[in-house]
Amino acid sequence: MSTSNAEDARAAAIPATATGPPRPTSPRASARSMYLLHHLLEPNAGYRRLAAWLEARPRLRHVFTAAEKGVKQEIFGCRMCGQCALPSTGYACPMTCPKQLRNGPCGGVGSDGGCEVYPQLRCVWLTAFERADSQGRSADLQRLQLPIDHRLWGESSWIQYWQGRDEELWTDAGAALLPGPGASGS
Amino acid sequence: MTHVATPGRFRAVLESGAFTVTAEIGPPRGADAGAIVRKVLQLRDWTTAVNITDNQGAAVRLSSWAGSLAAMTAGVEPIMQVACRDRNRIALQSDLLGASAMGIPNVLVMTGDHPRFGDHAGAKPVFDLDSVQLLWTARTMRDEGKLLSGRELDPAPSWFLGAVENPSAPPADFRAARLAKKVAAGAQFVQTQYVFDAAAFGRWMSQVRDLGLHERCHILAGVGPISSLRALSHLQERVPGVQVPAELARRLRGVPAERVADEAMTACAETISELRQIPGVAGVHVMAVGNEHRIPAILRLAGLNEVGAAPQRDMAGLSEVGGEAGAAATAGRRLARADATRGGLGGSSPRGNAGGSSPRGNRAHAG
Repeated sequence: MSTSNAEDARAAAIPATATGPPRPTSPRASARSMYLLHHLLEPNAGYRRLAAWLEARPRLRHVFTAAEKGVKQEIFGCRMCGQCALPSTGYACPMTCPKQLRNGPCGGVGSDGGCEVYPQLRCVWLTAFERADSQGRSADLQRLQLPIDHRLWGESSWIQYWQGRDEELWTDAGAALLPGPGASGS
Repeated sequence: MTHVATPGRFRAVLESGAFTVTAEIGPPRGADAGAIVRKVLQLRDWTTAVNITDNQGAAVRLSSWAGSLAAMTAGVEPIMQVACRDRNRIALQSDLLGASAMGIPNVLVMTGDHPRFGDHAGAKPVFDLDSVQLLWTARTMRDEGKLLSGRELDPAPSWFLGAVENPSAPPADFRAARLAKKVAAGAQFVQTQYVFDAAAFGRWMSQVRDLGLHERCHILAGVGPISSLRALSHLQERVPGVQVPAELARRLRGVPAERVADEAMTACAETISELRQIPGVAGVHVMAVGNEHRIPAILRLAGLNEVGAAPQRDMAGLSEVGGEAGAAATAGRRLARADATRGGLGGSSPRGNAGGSSPRGNRAHAG
């Protein structure tokens, strides 16, 4: 790698919430608590109505989106791609990968688990794998995550999710070759 | 070994079950198709197909599609590498269509090294698609005749689709599953990152066999000589995802400096022999960018035979491309033959002093 250690240290010191190039970010909340919390946020008629109501009111929608951004940046280093993959990745955000890979780690992970680009930071896919595995959810990683829609950057992914639009984000095709139950629903 | 002198020979040889050899060449930093022709001619009698890298190490080189066409003029079947680093989904699909239209029979899809390590460190990293998404996109284009947008292609393209994997990178328990995902997305063959530890590779292969992946995807193990102590240090310290076993490092450091390259070739040949014993390994992919001239000797040491030369310049009707390249091809072929008859480990080739070049250039396999 052509980068100096000083440069890596500086990169590592920058908070995950800063703007700029993506850097691997370890979530600040346990995987278990996130899977539990997810149950509270699962789409239902109430959330669906709320999302539709918010979507039709630009100022409220803006406030709601800012709140979502605040929470998710703090916990996950969220970059607001608007198409949240967190439930499939052990709640480690793949968009903090410097290559923004949505389907697993690249081949450049160091033997110590360091990121290819920021060797002092842990590969976010390693974090994802360990967190998902610890909760019996490693099959989720076999989902084939489809290309994202770049028009949605900055939008609330919760508003998308509650209205059922995230269903086109992935297919189960990747799980077809593995033994076991395959990817479970999120 | 089966020899089919038509585009698609690579696929045919793999499907015949014969142990298949591919190698890798890095296109030149310059507008010279002849450089590609000279390099592939050193390899044509020993390999079934040759990878043309796509700006490997994120350093600008002649493009992989142009390099692939140049290889075809020399009668060598190319495997065109396509990295996700530099192009969005529009450009990637366009280049894939172009490859099929020009008769390039094989494409190898990968994420690509981050620009930060290349010669344009400040370049915008694109990564619009990742390697799995690009495999899936390519398969959809070919098998369903549709673009990502859903628009129809007329006619649909056709290529043999490949992927890469790095069995030695963490998380070890996930790497076989990751290959499964790539196979599910459309990978028909896979070439791996450097394997220096055949035993560790064998453990990964056992997981691969448990998943039945070796029956759905041809697996070529990546190998290559570490041609100098400088290259060794570079690999150990600066190339993420590549593990050089301590034993191999000791072995290379234990011989006089002028013998390191020979020792590395012997070690590489030994690794190939070990890999041949592993069930489910379809062949080897030799990466020796900058040291391509050593590849025939390595293969000979490993007990592999020449695959036989394909009739020259008969591929895809491209024989008229570049008279100069054709002349270089003929000259280069003579040189390659001279080299081949010289035999032996220490046999210096016309480019025999090119040793010690950085293996950074070989890093075409980041995911």
